[in-house]
Amino acid sequence: MSAVLASEPFLERAPLELRDAVVQLLPAPAQWLGHHLITILAVVLGFSLFFAFTTVAERKLLGRLQNRLGPNRAGVPKFSILPFHLRHKLFGLSQPFADAIKALTKEDIVPAAADKLLHFLAPVVVVAFSLMTFAVLPVGRHLVPVELDAALLYFFAAGCASELALFMAGWSSRNKYSLLAAMRALAQLISYELPLILSVVPIVLVTGTLSTVAIVQSQGVWSFGLLPHWFVFTPWGFAGFIIFLIATLAETNRSPFDLPEAESELVAGHLTEYSGFKYALFFMAEYFGMTALSGLGVTLFLGGWQAPAPFLEFIPSYLWFMGKLVGMLVFFIWIRGTLLRLRIDQLTRLSWQFLVPLALLNVGNAAFWSLTAHWSGPLNLVRWAIALALVVTPFLLLGRTLSAGFAPRTYRYAS
Amino acid sequence: MNPSGNSCGSFPAASPFAPVAGPIVRSVTDPFHGDLLEVSMGPQHPSTHGVFRMVATLDGEQIVKLKPVFGYLHRNHEKIAENTSYLASMPYTDRLDYLCSLSTNWAYAFAAEKLLGQPVPDRAQYLRIILAEMTRLVNHSCLVGFLFNDLGTSFTPLLYAFREREKIIDLFESLTGSRMMCNYQRFGGCRVDPTPEWLEAARKLVENFPRFLDEYERMLTGNEIMLARTQGIGRVNAAQAINAGLTGPVLRASGVDYDLRKVDAYGFYGRMDFRVPLGDHGDTYDRYMIRILEMRESVKILAQAFRDLPAGPIMDPKAKQRGHRPKAGEAYGRIEGPKGEIGFHLISDGSPNPYRYRVRPPSLINLTLLEDMCLGHTLADSVVILGSIDIVLGEVDR
Repeated sequence: MSAVLASEPFLERAPLELRDAVVQLLPAPAQWLGHHLITILAVVLGFSLFFAFTTVAERKLLGRLQNRLGPNRAGVPKFSILPFHLRHKLFGLSQPFADAIKALTKEDIVPAAADKLLHFLAPVVVVAFSLMTFAVLPVGRHLVPVELDAALLYFFAAGCASELALFMAGWSSRNKYSLLAAMRALAQLISYELPLILSVVPIVLVTGTLSTVAIVQSQGVWSFGLLPHWFVFTPWGFAGFIIFLIATLAETNRSPFDLPEAESELVAGHLTEYSGFKYALFFMAEYFGMTALSGLGVTLFLGGWQAPAPFLEFIPSYLWFMGKLVGMLVFFIWIRGTLLRLRIDQLTRLSWQFLVPLALLNVGNAAFWSLTAHWSGPLNLVRWAIALALVVTPFLLLGRTLSAGFAPRTYRYAS
Repeated sequence: MNPSGNSCGSFPAASPFAPVAGPIVRSVTDPFHGDLLEVSMGPQHPSTHGVFRMVATLDGEQIVKLKPVFGYLHRNHEKIAENTSYLASMPYTDRLDYLCSLSTNWAYAFAAEKLLGQPVPDRAQYLRIILAEMTRLVNHSCLVGFLFNDLGTSFTPLLYAFREREKIIDLFESLTGSRMMCNYQRFGGCRVDPTPEWLEAARKLVENFPRFLDEYERMLTGNEIMLARTQGIGRVNAAQAINAGLTGPVLRASGVDYDLRKVDAYGFYGRMDFRVPLGDHGDTYDRYMIRILEMRESVKILAQAFRDLPAGPIMDPKAKQRGHRPKAGEAYGRIEGPKGEIGFHLISDGSPNPYRYRVRPPSLINLTLLEDMCLGHTLADSVVILGSIDIVLGEVDR
């Protein structure tokens, strides 16, 4: 490991060098412990900070989408010497810390009828499991918290558990809105876990591994030294990525699939009876979940930490990963600022009648792709054409049934 | 008007959106199907538009019974008006439908002028049309914004609509001194004469309003989720609508051609050239689209009113400013408010106070069909249906 490391540019190995330097300070028997603790600390603190600033980014972006400024009062004192127009842009950066203090100092109200233990456990479980998923995300070339052979299985198992915590929250609150939300959360979990996993199966099929590290490495090839071989640039990979994106929105309860906490119907859904820091924990878990699944999407489809072109490799790999991650999150925020919420029956219908069949066909498509890997020259064009047809045709056919019967209308006027 | 509603009373029976087995009301304790879940939505709920309350009985997510409960904002409006002079009630009428104070003002002034036999000068008639139509723009743009919020957007369409509303409300403020509680009409005319600059600013604003509508429609009307969430939801056929006494856009969405601006041609509406859009399905989507189309017609009316606005007094010089004592008798004045027929029934016994003061609140009467609209649909739809009816609790509860 260290021999490989030594040949890397300094920025690439800087985080590891720092870790090793700290570990060297510890007595030898405790070094393995320090090694792991530092890794855990880096993941927890790093992604917590990332979460904090994602919330600001979300509120700012939503604000801009809605003709307003977003939070701009809680500034960074250090920058107040700057001219006003610059200062203005820096305002709002310490908003998450103000929010955290507010959440911590608020009264924690537990309904008298609630199941106290489950009511307390739900936010803990949801945050714990969503944090666990970060363990297998390769953030950089050498920055993998845990190298697991069954990383994908582990990821989905942990991600699934956090959805169950929503049910715990809804059930234990003894509130009718929360109960309805809990039922919705379960329906959503069952409906969307399937397309989510099915959209990932083609990648496992083609790469032949469940390890996230190996999947990223298999995407580190360029055609003509320019076009990256990310899976999103293959027909089945593109279809898989879109299915993955939609399922991710549903899994993380983001608009337009935010049914469990549908504000206009269920007040705050499963969060109705939560206040103070428990509420903040749920909020945090939602963002952790979104970040983790986006990170997985980046890892599986967008080349992970790989640079888009070889000559851009001087930028450290973890920055590429973060850049792609931020891009995905901005896309999610954009969607939230734009779309309406689906109804629960439409939500499940979208999954079972559209996403699941598409994802299943996509598995076959990927099988075709890997079987024809040796085709070259004009045969390669045929391969692309067949694979594209296998994506576009079912999309058009299935999509037509989804929106059947709905069309803008023309109106008559009284004579 | 065609009460039989031949063109719109029938929907294709095989339509997948028709309620499964017709509207069946079921009670919470059901010996055959087991007990159902009763959810009390409101009076404190983000989507009941104030302090309205719906007691919904749910089978899964489907509504099998819905009891509207109102009165949480009851302020004794009518009794207060009977204990004060005619003119002193004018500011109270602002508080009925607090989004459309100028229309409500006009309806009240209209009833009182009928009772007093008070003529209104031409300029005031035009100003009333201008302000009432601008109020319609305010109300409808608020409505389409809030409807999308009920549909689950994170405020974006609402804030786009509020941007336009804000501009009009600013004009109201510069003319009447108040953004929402305008208190502008008087018996025999209006309170303040707008300056030429105000008129020019208003004309420009109205001229640009269709651009907002185009933008709004381009982004939202064709949206597939929007179509799937609103088409076929909360249907009311013409016969139901007429029987329940619905008025306004909710009635016209069901295909009934009944617009008081045409039927009564009150004020100077007879001089205006505009059309009345009608829906064919009576569902939430039609109610939304009728509002959008009505805004486009309002813009036309406004352009004509700005063009034709004559010079002259805004108050009848012979009109009494205060101390009105109408002869014994009664009068009912009604206008086409943004939400429907807003009417005031005044009975005078010759004293300075009305003997009886009665409001016909369109919000309340349009709300009476809520259960029929919601039956068979889901809880999520009920919120949208309520939003599409367009209620203001100040008017419902009075």
